[in-house]
Amino acid sequence: MSTFVYMTRCDGCGHCVDICPSDIMHIDENIRRAVNIEPNFCWECYSCVKACPNHAIDVRGYADFAPMGHSVRVRREEEKGTISWKIKFRNGTTKDFVSPITTKPWGKFIPKLAEGEKPNQGEINSQMLYTEPNGLNIDGKLPSVPKDTFKKGVYY
Amino acid sequence: MMSISPFSALAESISPSVIQGFVLAMLALIVIGTVVQMIHHKNVTYFFNNAKKAKLAAERELGVGEKTSVILKTVVHDIATTAELGAGKRRIAHVMGMYGTILFWVASVVLVFGYTGTGTAAPTVWPMIWHVGAIMTCVGGYWFWLFLRVDVLAEAHPWYRIIKADLFVLALLACATTGLAWSYFQSSGSTGLGYLFLVLFITSNLVLFGGVYWSKFAHMIYKPGAAIQKNLAEADGSRDNLPPLADAPKQFGLGIKREQPKHY
Repeated sequence: MSTFVYMTRCDGCGHCVDICPSDIMHIDENIRRAVNIEPNFCWECYSCVKACPNHAIDVRGYADFAPMGHSVRVRREEEKGTISWKIKFRNGTTKDFVSPITTKPWGKFIPKLAEGEKPNQGEINSQMLYTEPNGLNIDGKLPSVPKDTFKKGVYY
Repeated sequence: MMSISPFSALAESISPSVIQGFVLAMLALIVIGTVVQMIHHKNVTYFFNNAKKAKLAAERELGVGEKTSVILKTVVHDIATTAELGAGKRRIAHVMGMYGTILFWVASVVLVFGYTGTGTAAPTVWPMIWHVGAIMTCVGGYWFWLFLRVDVLAEAHPWYRIIKADLFVLALLACATTGLAWSYFQSSGSTGLGYLFLVLFITSNLVLFGGVYWSKFAHMIYKPGAAIQKNLAEADGSRDNLPPLADAPKQFGLGIKREQPKHY
């Protein structure tokens, strides 16, 4: 369903704010801890869960594949290059998995954002995400496929 | 200025028992604010429920010796050096502010109760500790508030945007800053400015200690508790349902260290 934050674990470092692709992880104004401001827009990518150095973020899974009482938690160990998962079913069964981190090294394929051009306050306040709209590669309008580029044959 | 206790000079114009009463009133405000916050926010209930859950999920039971060892390690590593903030500026600023505040408060209590109105001059070391503590609080606190705050670093808000979460840090900084200014002007003979900063010092203390219920003051109590619970959960295998540390095969390769969120 969405991410949520254990307040006793969070120290308000901002890693989740930085990494959230939906820009919905923010810092609460009353207690300066992370909070998911729009749970409906969370697609459970687990980016913030993995980025959190204090394991303060957890996810409530959709009830159709993860019945109530379950737990899916993850531990990212950068120095070992591993992502470990622990799935706990509501009947008490547990499964542990270990996978490699497949992220490409920073600065090689992923741009070093810290070295990039600083956004101005207008861009920061805008609803657009980083590199939008240019990054969407749509030239200001929705993508379309011109008919003359269609292959010959039967179309449905 | 550094070697003169500002409370001794103050005791010449105000009764020492009034100053001591003020300190006791501030202590009472901390206790009342924390207890009311505990009742209203149900923090302690949460901790006990969490402890019960951890006990049920524990893979092994810890002995008294093991528990003591975990708690001691937590006190030394997590609490005394705020290890959860990782290795970075934020941790240095926090440690500086934390120890500065402790020195400032301990020296205040010693100076007020030990050397105010007793006829005994305070040894130079205590006023020195009081001033050094206040300066450390200011350095750590202003560094955090102006540059390291997550609102500024990750959220890209301007440093002058004040929110409710700033109540604690700003009140603490106001205490240390106005305390230093009061001490300076009082020792340099500027009576008017001395009184002005004394009033501001008293006001900021009232805001800091009177605002415990609304501010993050109680993190000094809850954060150590949470750190102890976390480390006990790691030791007994419950780990808050987290997977165990990975025993990585060699082919997994080197890890990828991502950038810190400091893009603005």
